[in-house]
Amino acid sequence: MLIMNLNDEEKAMLAGEMGSARQWAIDHQIKVGNFFDATDMVPVSQAHMMADPESVGEAGVDFMEGMVRAEAKVCIPMITDPRGVDLNYYRPLGQTEDMATIERRFVAACESMGIMMTNTCVNYQTIMPPLLGDHVAYGDTGVVIYSNSVCGARSNFEGGPSALAAGLTGRTPRYGLHLDARRQATKRFNVSQQPQELTDWGVLGAVIGRLAGSYWEVPVIEGIEKVPTSDEIKHFGAAMASYGSTPLFHIVGITPEAPTLDAVGGNSLPSQKISDDDLQALRANFGTKGEKPDVVVFAAPQLSLVEMATVSRLVAGQSLKLPMIVCTSPQVYADARRMGLIDTIENSGAKVLEGTCFYNQYAREIGEANGWVNLLSNSAKIVNILGGYGYRPALASMQDCVNAAIEGEIV
Amino acid sequence: MKVLKCHVGVGPKVRGEALVADDNFSARYDLDRIKGVFSRPQHKLAGQSYKDRILVLNTAKGGVASAWMLHEMKLRGVTPKAILFNEANTILVQGAALADLTMCDRFADGDVTRLIKTGDQIEIDPQAGEVRIL
Repeated sequence: MLIMNLNDEEKAMLAGEMGSARQWAIDHQIKVGNFFDATDMVPVSQAHMMADPESVGEAGVDFMEGMVRAEAKVCIPMITDPRGVDLNYYRPLGQTEDMATIERRFVAACESMGIMMTNTCVNYQTIMPPLLGDHVAYGDTGVVIYSNSVCGARSNFEGGPSALAAGLTGRTPRYGLHLDARRQATKRFNVSQQPQELTDWGVLGAVIGRLAGSYWEVPVIEGIEKVPTSDEIKHFGAAMASYGSTPLFHIVGITPEAPTLDAVGGNSLPSQKISDDDLQALRANFGTKGEKPDVVVFAAPQLSLVEMATVSRLVAGQSLKLPMIVCTSPQVYADARRMGLIDTIENSGAKVLEGTCFYNQYAREIGEANGWVNLLSNSAKIVNILGGYGYRPALASMQDCVNAAIEGEIV
Repeated sequence: MKVLKCHVGVGPKVRGEALVADDNFSARYDLDRIKGVFSRPQHKLAGQSYKDRILVLNTAKGGVASAWMLHEMKLRGVTPKAILFNEANTILVQGAALADLTMCDRFADGDVTRLIKTGDQIEIDPQAGEVRIL
C-alpha cells in the first residue's frame, strides 16, 4: 500500500529503473514512512551506519554481499560507526577467526559500495559535523542525539538497514525529528547541581534520559550555568540516549534551538527538579571504593583527541596493575600516534584500540575469554549497557579510573 | 471474535498465539537470540520462549542494533511471529521492514497489553490496521 507522495525520481527507483538495490532501498523507506505517517521523502546530506558484526551476523553480511552483486553504490557521503573487530588486535582480546572473517567480509562489501570506513561514533568531532537544519540519516544513538541537540541537525535513529537505504537513495522518509513539531520540548527539567567533569555530565544525562523514558519525548533543561565542552556534552547526550532512547534534548541558552525556554515551547510545561539524591541514586547502581576491577575501559563514546591527551597525561610514566582498554577513532588514533600519545599510553601497559568500541566488539565473549567481570569506566553509557553482557560495572571519573588501574583497586 | 483497530503496520498477515507482558523490548538486551528465550532476569517474560509467538509489549527501547538483529533472527528461524506494541520506536520498525516481520502499534482501544491475554489466538492484518482475537 502506497500512501507517501513520491516524485518522479522516487517512482523510477520504486519501479526498478535505477537498479534493484535502489528499488529495495526506496521500498524499505516507504514501508517505514507509512508506519510513521510520513507524507514524503526529505533529501539528506550524509548517512552514518551502525553495523557491528555481532548484531549484523552472517545473515547481514549475506544481505550486504547481495547488495554488492546488485551493483549498489551510495549517492551521498556515507560513513560508518565503530567496528566490532580491530583487525590489528583481535586474537589477544580472545576474538575468534570467525568474528574477524565476518568483519572482513562486511568491510569489503561496504567499500565496494563507496561507503567511507570512518569507524567512528564521534564523527561530529572529527569528520564533518552537520549544520543547523541539516537533514541527515545517522545511526548510533550517541551520534544522533549530539547531532540533533548540539548541532541542530535533523535525524531519527536510523538503524543500519535504514541508514544504508538513505545512502542509496539520498533521502529518508520525513517523519519524527525531521518535523518542527516533533522537536518541541515535551518535558522540562531544572538542574541545580552543576556537573564538574565528564562522568558528572554522563550521570546527569542518564538521570534525565531515564525520566524522559521514550523515543518521542524531548527534554528541555534549565539551570546549566556554564557552556560545556564538546566532550562534556558528548557524554551527557550519549548517556541520555542510552538510558532513555532519547534522540533530542535542548539546554536553554546553550543549544542552538533553545535560546529561550519559549523557543522550544517549554513555558507551559511543569518543571521537574533534578536533585542531588537523583544523581546519587543513579551512581549507587554501580561499584565504589575498595572494589577490585578486572579491567578499566575508556570508550562509549570513542575518545576525542583531547580525551586521549588527558589519559596520556594521567598514565605517563606509570606502570598499570590492571588491564586498561582505550577506544578511539582511526582519525584520532593517527593524530595521537603522531603526537606520541599512543606510545605514552601503551608504555603504561594500557592498549589503545582503533576504530572499535568496547561494547560492540563481542563484549560477552571477550569478557569470558579474559576473565573480566568487574569493569570500571568513566562512561555512564557503557556501565548501563554492559550489565546485560555479564559484567558487574563500576563508574568513576577518568582520574579515579586511572588511579584504580595504577593501584589495582578503586581508591 | 473481537476486532482491535491499530495504526497501519509492516509485514505480512499472520495468525498465532499471544505472549503478553506490560514490559518493553530490546533485541540486544533482553534476549538470548540463539535459544530464543527472554534472558534478562528483570524482564517480565524472563525464561519464556518467544519463538513463533506473537509478542505483545509496551514499547521498544535501547539502541540501534536491534534493526539488524531482527533480520538475523528471522533468517535463523528463531523469531517471534509478530510484535505488537503500544508504541514502537523507529529502530524496531526499520528492523521489521527489513526482516519482513509483522509489527503494528497505536491501538484505538487503549493499552494493548491489557486488551490481549497470553494464550489468546490472534490474527494480524497490518495493512488494514486490524488485530482479531479469535
